Amino acid sequence: MPSVEFRGVSFARAGGQRVLDRFDLIVETGEVFALVGRSGAGKTTLLKLVNRLLLPDEGAVVVEGRDTREWEPIRLRRRVGYVLQEVGLFPHMTVAGNVGVVPRLEGWPPERTATRVGELLELIGLDRDRFAARWPDELSGGQRQRVGVARALAVDPPILLMDEPFGALDPITRTELHDEFRRIQGRLRKTVMIVTHDMREAFALADRIGVLDAGRLIALDTPQALSGSADPRVRDLLAGAATPALLTDPR
Amino acid sequence: MTRLFAFWVSHRAEFVSLLAQHVTLVAVSTLAAVAIGIPLGIFAARRPRLSAPIVGLANVVQTIPSLAMFGFLLPVPLVGGIGARAAIVVLILYGLLPIVRTTITGLVSIDASIREAGVAMGMTPRELLRLVELPLALPSIAGGVRVAAVVGVGSATIAAAIGAGGLGEYIYRGLSMVDSTVILAGAVPAALLALVVDAGLLWVERQLSARRRTASRRAAVAAAVVVLLMLPLAAFGGRSRGAIVVGSKNFTEQVILGELLAQTIERDTGLGVQRRLNLGGTLICDRALLTGDVDVYVEYTGTALTAVFHQPAKTDARAVFDDVRDQYARTGRTLLPPLGFDNTFAILVRGSDARAKNLRTIDDAVREAPGWRAGFGYEFLERPDGYPGLASAYGLRFAAAPRVMDLALSYRALASGQVDLIAGDATAGLIRALDLVQLEDTRHYFPPYDAAPVARAATLLKYPQIRIALERLAGRVTAADMRSLNYAADVEHRDVPQIVAEFLKSK
Repeated sequence: MPSVEFRGVSFARAGGQRVLDRFDLIVETGEVFALVGRSGAGKTTLLKLVNRLLLPDEGAVVVEGRDTREWEPIRLRRRVGYVLQEVGLFPHMTVAGNVGVVPRLEGWPPERTATRVGELLELIGLDRDRFAARWPDELSGGQRQRVGVARALAVDPPILLMDEPFGALDPITRTELHDEFRRIQGRLRKTVMIVTHDMREAFALADRIGVLDAGRLIALDTPQALSGSADPRVRDLLAGAATPALLTDPR
Repeated sequence: MTRLFAFWVSHRAEFVSLLAQHVTLVAVSTLAAVAIGIPLGIFAARRPRLSAPIVGLANVVQTIPSLAMFGFLLPVPLVGGIGARAAIVVLILYGLLPIVRTTITGLVSIDASIREAGVAMGMTPRELLRLVELPLALPSIAGGVRVAAVVGVGSATIAAAIGAGGLGEYIYRGLSMVDSTVILAGAVPAALLALVVDAGLLWVERQLSARRRTASRRAAVAAAVVVLLMLPLAAFGGRSRGAIVVGSKNFTEQVILGELLAQTIERDTGLGVQRRLNLGGTLICDRALLTGDVDVYVEYTGTALTAVFHQPAKTDARAVFDDVRDQYARTGRTLLPPLGFDNTFAILVRGSDARAKNLRTIDDAVREAPGWRAGFGYEFLERPDGYPGLASAYGLRFAAAPRVMDLALSYRALASGQVDLIAGDATAGLIRALDLVQLEDTRHYFPPYDAAPVARAATLLKYPQIRIALERLAGRVTAADMRSLNYAADVEHRDVPQIVAEFLKSK
């Protein structure tokens, strides 16, 4: 069963501008799917349709076999981890507080939450004794992003949405986090949807890549296949990003 | 300074109870403003189209002068009337604006991505509010609560005008006695209280915004808040409530007469008496009597005729008394026999002027008036039996429009030469003390102002012994008695209850 499915989805912004036009996509369980497109191409909209922050004007978004319209929004969102572009850590909560938010919402007993927070901090490579009691503004950008990922994974959701998760980081930290992400995904096997404007990032992380242009997918393939695409719009995006080393990354 | 401390020491029981009343007024009204203002602010922040009108309304409310607000509320059932309840309602209205505004500000300034993170994590609107929005808005809201409380400490001094007590009681009493020591006895602690409240709430605010909250620190804040809440409750617990409420207007003679009624009722009937003295004027006393907030106070027949019943002035004392008694009877109130003196308006000039220019009657003053300045209390300026009628009856014209000043202050303004003519009370003790001369009303412009207790008929029916006790006072207080009682309070700064006790003993 596909994990997430878009069936002829159209969506227009409040101003009337159409961002998705009869959009179709199937994301399989356990794959890392990267959606690439220019700024304003509707990438964030696409993610918000998955966890019902938005509802489609036409068509349907089906998550785990059920239309998002039929999902109870709170239940759906707790089954779908979301890592925001700006991270959005709660500034009035410590690292442990942030990571433990959803478990607490779910009514876990405090000891279970604490254990889970410890596991997650170890998973994302932050020492629990050093970091659990820190405040978000005491972390580096990379550390903050790691905490954002840990928070999204807290109740072990089957689906993880990531909106330009590593966009604001310096290149070295970004590469480091890419490695980290692959390591974690190797263990967890989540269904992951990443949106990014950076083709390099998509190549580094994804099993399949979709290229979004004018509300439609103009390419959908594995990184290797995509690098041979003849479509000029795809070639444009590739030209901005391509370095041979990444394109031939064996992984 | 030493006089101030001596005053506090000699009035310590009263001082402590007034201070406690003050704290109670502020604490209760601020808590209620918090309970109303924060939900209102949350509501407004959710609906941007509504927030402007809500803040606008709160703004308008705050520009209404507090005395005017008390005036509006007097006739309103449940929240109006006189006493602590009405005062608290007014203070709540004043406290709302800063709390509503800072709640809105605190909520709308939260970063959109933080709110979105909460929603995306599956928080219900309620959870989002409790776990994210309110904690982040809390420092801002706490700032608004602090402003509301500090403003409340100041506004609460005015509450004494409607008999709610508090430190304003000393300020009003001091104003009517023209005794700066008594004014300071209320004003200084009120200012200190404002500073203490400000510093205390600032501390709480800091604790809330400092994120390194440890359990012990949180407990300390909670304990401090609990202590603050318990303080007024303790004050309330200790206060005894009397069955009969005696009122008075806010000048010395009225306070003395109120005390006279109170002591007479206590002595002759054994009933408990609650004193609501220093109420802010004829209108407030009259409304309080109508609504039952006050059972009895002393009114002047001429004032009742013109100011309460809006009738043209008459000169025959007997006719005025009968007329007023009938009108009171028709509205459920009983006018008891006059006490024995007539406190008519006295047109006063300096003794030195009177002697130098040979002034004896108001007609004599009309001659000099074009070169003079006059100072009148606002009641005299407004009342139909006051300045407008006087000016047309005698053809009186001054160099400039009369200055409006507090009645009690006008005696000193005359003596020190700031004005040349005032309208005072014929029984004022200060007339003798400041060497002032009363000009004769040869045209009988002023109606008679015989002082007489007016009581709720229902109260007299229930406690007939009150009527018997107060009728015994009939004719017992002469103009000379009243002047020397006023003199003892205003000039010798003696305590009113003591003066009255001695007077009753001597009779």
